[in-house]
Formats: sequence, C-alpha cells, structure tokens
Amino acid sequence: MRADLLRRVTPTLVWPLLLTAVLLTGAPTVAIAQAAPASEAVPVADDPALEARVEALSHMLRCLVCQNQSIAESNAPLAVDLRNQVREQLASGKDEDAVIDFLVARYGDFVLYMPPVKAVTVVLWLGPGLLLIGCAGWLALRLRRRQREAAPTLSGEQHRRARALLEGATQPPEEPRS
Amino acid sequence: MIPELGHFALILALVIALVQAVLPLVGAHRNRAALMAVARPAAQGQFLFVAFAFGCLTWAFVQNDFSVQYVAMHSNTATPLYYRITGVWGSHEGSLLLWALTLSMWTVAVTIFSRNLPEVFMARVLGVLGWVSVGFLSFTLVTSNPFERLLPGVAEGRDLNPLLQDPGMIIHPPLLYMGYVGFSVAFAFAIAALLSGRMDAAWARWSRPWTTVAWVFLTAGIAVGSGWAYYELGWGGWWFWDPVENASFMPWLLGTALVHSLAVTEKRGAFRSWTVLLAIGAFSLSLLGTFLVRSGVLTSVHAFATDPRRGLFILALLVLVIGVSLVLYAWRAPTLSGGGSFKLVSRDTVLLGNNVLLSVVSASVLLGTLYPLFLDALNLGKISVGPPYFQSVFVPLMTPVVILMMIGPFVRWKGDDMRRIMRTVAPGIGASAVIGLAVAFLVGHVTWRTVLGLALAAWVVIGSVQLLWRRLAERPGAAAAARLRGIPRAWWGMWLAHLGIGVFIIGVTMVGSLDSTINVKMHQGQTAQIAGYTLTLRDVVEAPGPNYAAARATLEVTRGSTPVATLHPEKRFYHAQQMPMTEASLDIGPFRDVYVSLGEQLEDGAWIVSAYHKPFISWIWLGCILMAIGGVFAASDSRYRRLAERSAPAGAVRQTS
Amino acid sequence: MKAKFLVPLGLFFVLAGFLAFGLTLNPREIPSPLIDKPAPDFRLARLDMPDAQLGLADMRGQVWLLNVWASWCVACRQEHPVLLDFARRQVAPLIGLNYKDGRDDALGWLKQHGDPYVTSVVDSDGRVGIDYGVYGVPETFLIDQNGMIRYKQIGPVTPEVVRDVLLPKIEELKRAG
Repeated sequence: MRADLLRRVTPTLVWPLLLTAVLLTGAPTVAIAQAAPASEAVPVADDPALEARVEALSHMLRCLVCQNQSIAESNAPLAVDLRNQVREQLASGKDEDAVIDFLVARYGDFVLYMPPVKAVTVVLWLGPGLLLIGCAGWLALRLRRRQREAAPTLSGEQHRRARALLEGATQPPEEPRS
Repeated sequence: MIPELGHFALILALVIALVQAVLPLVGAHRNRAALMAVARPAAQGQFLFVAFAFGCLTWAFVQNDFSVQYVAMHSNTATPLYYRITGVWGSHEGSLLLWALTLSMWTVAVTIFSRNLPEVFMARVLGVLGWVSVGFLSFTLVTSNPFERLLPGVAEGRDLNPLLQDPGMIIHPPLLYMGYVGFSVAFAFAIAALLSGRMDAAWARWSRPWTTVAWVFLTAGIAVGSGWAYYELGWGGWWFWDPVENASFMPWLLGTALVHSLAVTEKRGAFRSWTVLLAIGAFSLSLLGTFLVRSGVLTSVHAFATDPRRGLFILALLVLVIGVSLVLYAWRAPTLSGGGSFKLVSRDTVLLGNNVLLSVVSASVLLGTLYPLFLDALNLGKISVGPPYFQSVFVPLMTPVVILMMIGPFVRWKGDDMRRIMRTVAPGIGASAVIGLAVAFLVGHVTWRTVLGLALAAWVVIGSVQLLWRRLAERPGAAAAARLRGIPRAWWGMWLAHLGIGVFIIGVTMVGSLDSTINVKMHQGQTAQIAGYTLTLRDVVEAPGPNYAAARATLEVTRGSTPVATLHPEKRFYHAQQMPMTEASLDIGPFRDVYVSLGEQLEDGAWIVSAYHKPFISWIWLGCILMAIGGVFAASDSRYRRLAERSAPAGAVRQTS
Repeated sequence: MKAKFLVPLGLFFVLAGFLAFGLTLNPREIPSPLIDKPAPDFRLARLDMPDAQLGLADMRGQVWLLNVWASWCVACRQEHPVLLDFARRQVAPLIGLNYKDGRDDALGWLKQHGDPYVTSVVDSDGRVGIDYGVYGVPETFLIDQNGMIRYKQIGPVTPEVVRDVLLPKIEELKRAG
C-alpha cells in the first residue's frame, strides 16, 4: 500500500522539484561585487534608501494634473514638485502618514490612490467581501434546497422498465470525460 | 470625393443594417421564410459597405488628405506609411468605424460558419446583431463622423500621438475589438434563445465555439496591450487598473465564466439562467467599456477626446440594448430554471462556484472603477480608487478561483464523494504550500504575497501534471502515443489554458517581489550595476527619425565578463506635436528582462539612465499565450467541426415563437 | 413574471442613472478641502518691488481675492479681461500669486496685458501653491477679514462667476464682518 502510494505520488513530486530548480536558476543571484574598471556612475538620488521610500509613497499618490497616473509615473511639473515635497518631508524625519496627512489637508482625499477608510468608503472596502460571503451563502442555501427536492426514487416496476429500455437500445456512449 | 463616397457607404450600411435588424425578426416571429432569408444577404451587404467606408478613410490617411478633419488631427506627411494606416483607428471616430467593421465581420462569419443552424434561430441571431450594428452606425454618423471635412484644408496635419506610433498600435486595437465585439455573437445567440423560448443543449453547443474564439481574441488583445504599455511607458509597469483597462478586463472575467457555464449547459442542461445572464453581462460590459472610454465620465490615460453629447448617445444605446435584454430575461427566466439536478459535492457545484466567484470579482472591479463617480454624484466628495485598492481586493478574491480551478477537473459530474476528492487533491495542495514557502525563502523574499503566489502557481502545475497523468492512465495497455492521441482537443485546451494561468501567476509573483531599479547619472564610459549585470554607457549620438529628433544611447550589458546584450534607448522629440518621449530598450530573456530607459541630459553632460531588472516577466505574456492557445484548441475540437459539416437535422426548422 | 428576475434590470437602471448623472460632472475638478478653513500663511517678495514683502497677515481686516497666475498660462489670458473689469469696480483688492514664473516674464506679461492686481507676490518654486492646494493655473481664492478661505474658483474666472458668485459672497462677508 505504501509502495503503491509512493509510486503514485512520485511522478507528482518530480515536476514540482523540477519547477523549483528552474525557478532557482532563473532567480537573480546576489550581485557580484567587483572593482569597477571604469568609473562607476553616481546614483541620481543622494540617498537610495530614502529614494526607495519616496518611490513607494509616490506610487500611492495621484498626479492631479494627469489623466490617471501616480506622481511616481508622471513627469508633469506638479508631479515633480510633489515628489520633491515628499522627499524633503521624509528626509526631515516625518513618517509616511504625516506626509499623507500633509497632502490630504491641501488636496483632499482625491490625491490618494488607496482610498481612505471612512464612512463614505465603507461600501467600497467591505463591498467585495460582503458580496462574496452573501453570494456564497445564497449559493449554499439554494444547493441545499435543491438537495431536498432531489429526484424521486423509482419503484421496483419503474426500475425494471428503465433497465429494459436502456438495455434494449444501443449501448449509450460513456459519459463525456471533460 | 473619396471621403464623401465613404460617408455615403456608411449611410447605406446603416440602411441595410436596419433591414437586417427588422425583417428577419419579424419573419422569425411570423415564420415567413422570405423575410428570414433577408438576413444573410443583408449582413453580407452591410459588411461590404462598412469595409468600403473603412477603405475610404484609410485611403484618405495614406494620401494625406488633410481636408478631412480626422486625418488632419491624427496624421502628418512625415508619419511613416504603416503608422498612417494604423492611425485610422488611433482616435475616437476611426476606432468607432473599426468597431462597426469588426461587428460586421463577425456577423458575416456567423452567416458563413452556421449554415446548418435552423433558419428561425439564425434569423433571430442576425436580427439582434443587426440592431447592434444600427446602434453603432447611427452613433458614428450622428455624433462621430470620421469623414467630416475641414474646410479650408490644412497643409500639414497634427500627427498621430507619438505614444501610438508603435507596433503595438498595429495589433492591439484590432485584437481587442475582435474580442470585445465577438461577445456580441454570444449575446445574439442568448437573445435569440430567449426570444424563441427554447434553450437546449444544442443551443449551448452552437454558442460555445463562437464564445471561445471571442474570448481568445480578448485574451490576446489585453495581453498585447499590457505588453505594449510595458515597453512603451519607459519604466516597466504592465497593468495599472486604469478605468479603460478594467473596462476590457471585466468582459474577460465574465467571458471566462460564460465559457465554463456554456460547458455545463451543453453537457448537463443546467445553468441556463446563469449562461444567459453571463452572455448579456459580458457584452454589456463591452458596451459599458465603450461608454467609459468615450464619454469623459472617468479620467483615464486611454480616454479619447471626450464629449458629453457622445456620452449621452452611447448611454442611450446601452440602456436600450441592456434594458431590452434584461426585460426579455425577466420574461423568459421562469422557463430557464431546472435542468439536471446535482449533489452538493459535484463538478456542477464547483463550476457554479466558479460562476459566482468570477461574477463577484467582476462586480468588485466595477465597484472600484465607478465608486468615485458614485460618491461625486451623491455629493459625498471626490476620491481616487487606484492600483493599491484593486490589488488588495483582487488577490484574495481570485485565490479561491485558482484553487477551485485545479480541484474541479478531479470532481465527478452530478455527484461525488468529498473524501475521495480530498484524498486526490490534498497531497498536491499540501506540497504546493510547502513549495511556495520554500521557494520564497530561497529567493529571499518571504511575504504573504510571494508565498501565496508561488503556492498557487505550484498548485496549478502539480494539479495539471496529476490530471494529465490520470488521463493517460485511463487506457491501460494502450501505447503512450495512442493514449495521447485519444485525448480530445478540447481537453488539451482546458489543460493548456489552466496551466497558462499558473505560468501567469509565476510571472506576476516573481516580478512583483523581486524586481529592482537603479537611477544613475552616467557619463560616457561609466558603468552601473544592477542585479549582477554591469551596464556601460558607450556613447550617445543623434539619431533623427522620419518625424522626430532623437538622442540614441549605446549601452553594453555584461554579466561578469560575459557580454549579454547591447541596448539602444532613445530620447525622442516629435516635431509636430512638440512632444518628448522616451523609447526604452530591452533585453528580453526567458527568466528576466533587462530594461533600460534614457532620461534627461544634465548640465555637466551626464545622462540620467534608469535601468530595471524584471525577473520572469516574460512568463506573464507566456501565460496569456498558453491561455489563448488553449482556447484555440478548445474551439477547434472535432465536435464542432463535425457539427459544422453535418447538414441541419430534419426537425430543426420547427418554429417556436 | 416573478419579481426576483427583475433584479438585474433594477440594478442596471440604478447604474444607468448614476452614469447619466456622471455626464454632467467633471471628474477632473477637485474641490478644495480648505474652504471655511484658515488660509495657509505666506510671506513672499513682491513682483514689482523685490525688496518688499507681502504676507497673509497684511491682508487681515479685508475681504480680498488671491488669483494664481503665470505668464506661461494660456487660460490666464482668457480670464484677464474679467479680472481687469473686476479690479475697476473697486469692490475688493485683488492680489496676484505669480506661480512658478520668471520675474521678467511676469512683469512683461503684465505690461502687455494690463495689471489688475494691487500687487503680485512671487512664488517661484510653487511651495505656497502647494500649501493652497493649487494643481492648475489659474485658480482664485476668496479670503475674508479673518483670513478664512470662503470660496475657490478652479479655472478661469468668468463674468458669470463674478456676477453670480464672487460679488454676492463679497457683499455677504463684508456685511458679516
């Protein structure tokens, strides 16, 4: 029994192991530290760690003069100004929430790509989840009702007639597989 | 003269479409063969005139006829020929004409490939398609005439938007429209069934290939659009949950549900109500998408120049088409219920769950897209709903879909045993969770998103392998080749499409978790490092194009001492529109893309260079290709070819009103 | 027909209603969260006298308008005659906020098109603009005697806006103050 189980399970495991191997060969390796022969280019940003934070926050903020882009994606003058504001404030020690409050105080909730959780956005945030639970529940109820209205059982006489009919006709095709 | 001929052809097409819309439906109602017989020639005639009109507009572009306003706005003598041709659908009026052309092409296809379907049914299908044509042709002629003259003409045009001067523009809109508009056929089939009051397995079997092919086109269209955005926008993003993108994605979601629901209706006679609603829903969302792009109700990078008057017309069209369909549905719905009964644990239930889940996902995307409008209309303020929201909602909702996707094929129709199913799938699910965690750990990025994504992908792969193994094991004793050949094409289609989703998830997860960026100031000869690759800026030269000036950089990419690629990103300036643009350069590989983009030149002569390392991003497009191939396999299954070849059965011309 | 089958139709009509109403709205217009709140403080150099400065506190006690403009702004030219007309009525002082502009360009523009402003202040890096939630030019703020923002006009000021909104509001604020 165990041998049988092992035989059945082994092929199923071969592929995942192969896949893992593929993923690992493809996954980026640690950057090779090497002494650059020519001179090394300087990053645009003075502080890459800060810049990463600016970038992350900028993706959550809307460019107000663009047709639906974040200030990270846009090069409109206002977007550049706002990115600079974000950078300055984060550099001066404020955290992300403080910067967000600063911008919302001046531009309203429109500037946020992640809608705030407020009274008016309750439907937005809870809607999908409630819809899912509601539909799943309604589905479960309907299926149970169907079960209860199950097909009536045949009497012995009906059973014999059914079998006769089935065997009298040509062999029915097997139930389709897919 | 030619634009006027094109205009006239459109008017004639509208008249013929009216004939196609009215007479066959009356004929079907009264069982008058003569009226019903009008449908096919009318559809073909309409196609000829719309195609002619399209040809006239293309001719105006090619000949640089700037006395036509649309051409003057979107073309230029210096624009290369192939972009002049594709510029025809580069903006509102022309793309609307493309919509009408695509619709007439699908209609003609229906007349050709469905010769053996009952006449009454065909008359109704073509009649419904005729009404949709009437809607779009009248919309074009009344509010968006592409042949409008600009008098006096101008000497030079404004040129096509530089962002659209790209091979993506040649493929993406036609593919996308073939998909969008293709769902009108499924819609027409559903309405025809509602009108006749009869919806049996035969109807489902006729509908399936049409729906599947439309789905294939839509999948390909969305994927090409996404790929185009990826290399065009210069920083490697590929999906932005923009309202117009969502407008193409929602029909895809419902279309996927429809394809599965049709399968159940065909095999088990169940879900007819669902199938009809999904068919109406998928096409309605296509129409809604058309509305969103062209009305100005939502801001989007894809929106055409907006005009509330046009928005009103499309809204009226939307209300008519969807309103009438839903009234028909409400009227006929009681006759649709019933169908095969099934136990709680059965494949029928799994597919029903699939319908529900995909509909909920679609509704959620719709909610997020339209929520700012809802609040604004109720005077409750203005908010933005952007990618962060959609990502946080989409992933949890799709997770059960993907899990069920690989459980479903193991479950029997009508009734199955939960314990048996668990015994079959539990090892795979368990292994997937472990693999997800392990790989996330090994690549050094253990977060919820990464682990979940990798586990789901692993489950798809394991489940697919297991499924194939069991299928092959069903004919013991037969040779391997015979076993493979014995598997119907439709099954391969399902298998490939599901596997494609797994490949897609791998791409999304890996690129989302492991991508990296550098922004550096490079002088000639300097190097920069990213993810183990070394980039060296060799030079930057001037490289003007037909309608733009450009600075072209040469960057060598090496890994250690092995050369990998030479990239040529450009910074272009298009003369006519006075618009700067960056043209990124990519080295595409099976396991990663190295993506370089040229920014501004600084005062000291250094250039700002942005480089991106995108692991596994090609797997996103590969997954979509697999899905599309799967769809093609499914639609070309021998069952449908035999159906097409067989002549109509004797009793099929029975009329029902 | 059973009522439950009409649900999809009902939902659709609600949606269509919203979409129809949406056609009358402008999705790009962002209402200001600063209405009925204190105007952000500023102290900037004057355009005409670079050594002199003007601050928010200097305008206390008056009802006044702050107009954000720039020489590179095309729509500003559209509203300029309306502003000149408004200035002539001598109802309330008009202060200009020269936004992200060059001094010479700005002075030249005023010389060419006329100067309705009591004075303009120079916001060359746009910081004060950000404080005021400026995202497009031109914009105009109505500020009362206590330094509270009472109205924001997004886009050019039109004669209708002057007649139907600004003049009545100014009248009201003066009476109240």
